[in-house]
Amino acid sequence: MTAPRSDTAGPSHKAVETGVALLIAAFGIIVIIGSLKAGINWGAEGPRAGFFPFYIGMSIVAASAINLWSALHDHDDRLFAEWGQLRQVMSVVVPTAIYVGSMPFVGLYVASIIFIGWFMRWLGGYRWLPTVAVALGMPIATYLVFERWFLVPLPKGPVEEWLGL
Amino acid sequence: MEELANLFHGFAVALQPYNVMLMVVGIMLGVIIGVLPGLGGANGVAILLPLTFSMPPTSAIIMLSCIYWGALFGGAITSILFNIPGEPWSVATTFDGYPMAQQGKPGEALTAAFTSSFVGALFAVAMITLVAPLVASFALRFGPAEKFAVYFLAFCSFVGLSKEPPFKTIAAMMIGFALAAVGLDSITGQLRLTFGITELLNGFDFLIAVIGLFGIGEILLTMEDGLSFRGGNAKINLRVVLQTWKELPTYWMTSLRSCLIGCWMGVTPAGATPASFMSYGIAKRLARNGKNFGKGEIEGVIAPETAAHAAGTSALLPMLSLGVPGSPTAAVLLGGLLIWGLQPGPMLFVEQKEFVWGLIASMYLGNLAGLLVVLTCVPIFAAILRVPFSIIAPLILVLCAIGAYSVHNSTFDVMLMLVFGVLGYLLKKCNYPLAPLVLAIVLGDKAEEAFRQSLLGSQGSLGVFFSNGLVSTIMVLGLVALFWSAIQEGYSRLRTAVA
Repeated sequence: MTAPRSDTAGPSHKAVETGVALLIAAFGIIVIIGSLKAGINWGAEGPRAGFFPFYIGMSIVAASAINLWSALHDHDDRLFAEWGQLRQVMSVVVPTAIYVGSMPFVGLYVASIIFIGWFMRWLGGYRWLPTVAVALGMPIATYLVFERWFLVPLPKGPVEEWLGL
Repeated sequence: MEELANLFHGFAVALQPYNVMLMVVGIMLGVIIGVLPGLGGANGVAILLPLTFSMPPTSAIIMLSCIYWGALFGGAITSILFNIPGEPWSVATTFDGYPMAQQGKPGEALTAAFTSSFVGALFAVAMITLVAPLVASFALRFGPAEKFAVYFLAFCSFVGLSKEPPFKTIAAMMIGFALAAVGLDSITGQLRLTFGITELLNGFDFLIAVIGLFGIGEILLTMEDGLSFRGGNAKINLRVVLQTWKELPTYWMTSLRSCLIGCWMGVTPAGATPASFMSYGIAKRLARNGKNFGKGEIEGVIAPETAAHAAGTSALLPMLSLGVPGSPTAAVLLGGLLIWGLQPGPMLFVEQKEFVWGLIASMYLGNLAGLLVVLTCVPIFAAILRVPFSIIAPLILVLCAIGAYSVHNSTFDVMLMLVFGVLGYLLKKCNYPLAPLVLAIVLGDKAEEAFRQSLLGSQGSLGVFFSNGLVSTIMVLGLVALFWSAIQEGYSRLRTAVA
């Protein structure tokens, strides 16, 4: 993936396809190792815990090998996506990762308010008023529907504790 | 006649005011889910599943299945008005639906689509009413070997019938099986594949996978095209509806054919998407004005919509009678049954009559309610599409996070959801099918249990899967399905060689 960073270039489909096949094969190897640890032969109670997953792992590796072979022999020079498109995708993945990662510490509500606000203000380019309205409105509606009406508890942080919710 | 009495009892259950209210709420939510990008039948139902934990199971399944019908209806709205298929099964509807809307006939196209959906669903529900109890009473005699053979057939049909490359289907499916195996082994009680990580003790929950793969993955795909999202207007009035209804019976042959294709593809787990394409393709070949297909032919809307809805509905037949879901959404509903403490499979028809027949009756009523709702509320649903994606996207992401969290009250699951989301994006872009992956996570443990129990009975000999007529027949059908594309190719080569 040495293509220049312009908006019409990007990683080739072939490269990504190869990478995904290798990734799946690696997963298959992990499954095989785990199964071997659990035991793949017959015990007192019949086939042991690793018996079934061992063959599953083998099939994953075998299927990925064939997929890898056909990816490498594919004369397909389409792009997987342009760098600009991938940047768009990453502009969602990265904040979502931060959002998800901060949830155990600040709770779902505060994280959601910041996340929605950030998304609308910086990606959507909205004014402050609609941004604040949606960013506050959605978590409040969520609180009413989930915690009050359907009694489903959601993760809370220090702010909710301070508010006594 | 006992079935008829049961069905009437089911109607009495479904018509209780509380259940009727849930039905309408479900349909409304379902259409919205179907219209919005990133929310589909499977993950929409998965996100809302935790809300039903405190409901009685019959009411819960009525609401969730109505969300599914709503999503099936909703997919057509975006396809016809905006050329954006809200769901994969409505891609074929764009071929003629969008040109019709462009020619100033959006009302006709929408009416035809909704009515065909309704007809397809009704056909499939009637089939379920008649066939499901028979299949279930037959399946009561199944031992572990027969059970495994049914799973084998289901998964082989995926490989043979899906349009993705077979080895990619196998890879995706096996990933699902491997994920299902993680955690406590149900037979020996031993831990496996956890590598000492405590969060993995309980294994991977398929609901998290569904929300991530279908929900987050879809949002990421949509993000590639940026945040621009075009909106439009939709009007539908009684005159247009009546006029279109007058025209529709002339295409009864196309409808009937599409119903049959849909039911067949729905029962075998190929699903609604291939059913809609196949039905469109055949209608194009057989219709009198087939060469006009793609330019706004009403028949080109009827065929895929009827088949998609018939397939989506009949996917519940194997789920109810055998415990093998025919589509990812049916798999999520099956997961719901387990959470509510019901054992899916043939015993359901014996032990949970009220539940089964309440559900079947609600399918009739739910689809009728769905038809009325979509015909009257199209402008409202179209207006939802005019809300820009940069507002919709974060809201959907937050909803997905809430859904993932509330399955087990675990923030680890929310992180897992994001991992599944990125994985779903990559797999989808590389043409790996996601449905077999999800179904394998759901059915993995059961398939393995049946497999190991059969081997235990036979002292490890694989001959047990061919030990009697019934199990051999199912296994051979499975093998035929597995090699179906190869068989087809061989046949057509043979034919050209002879000719």
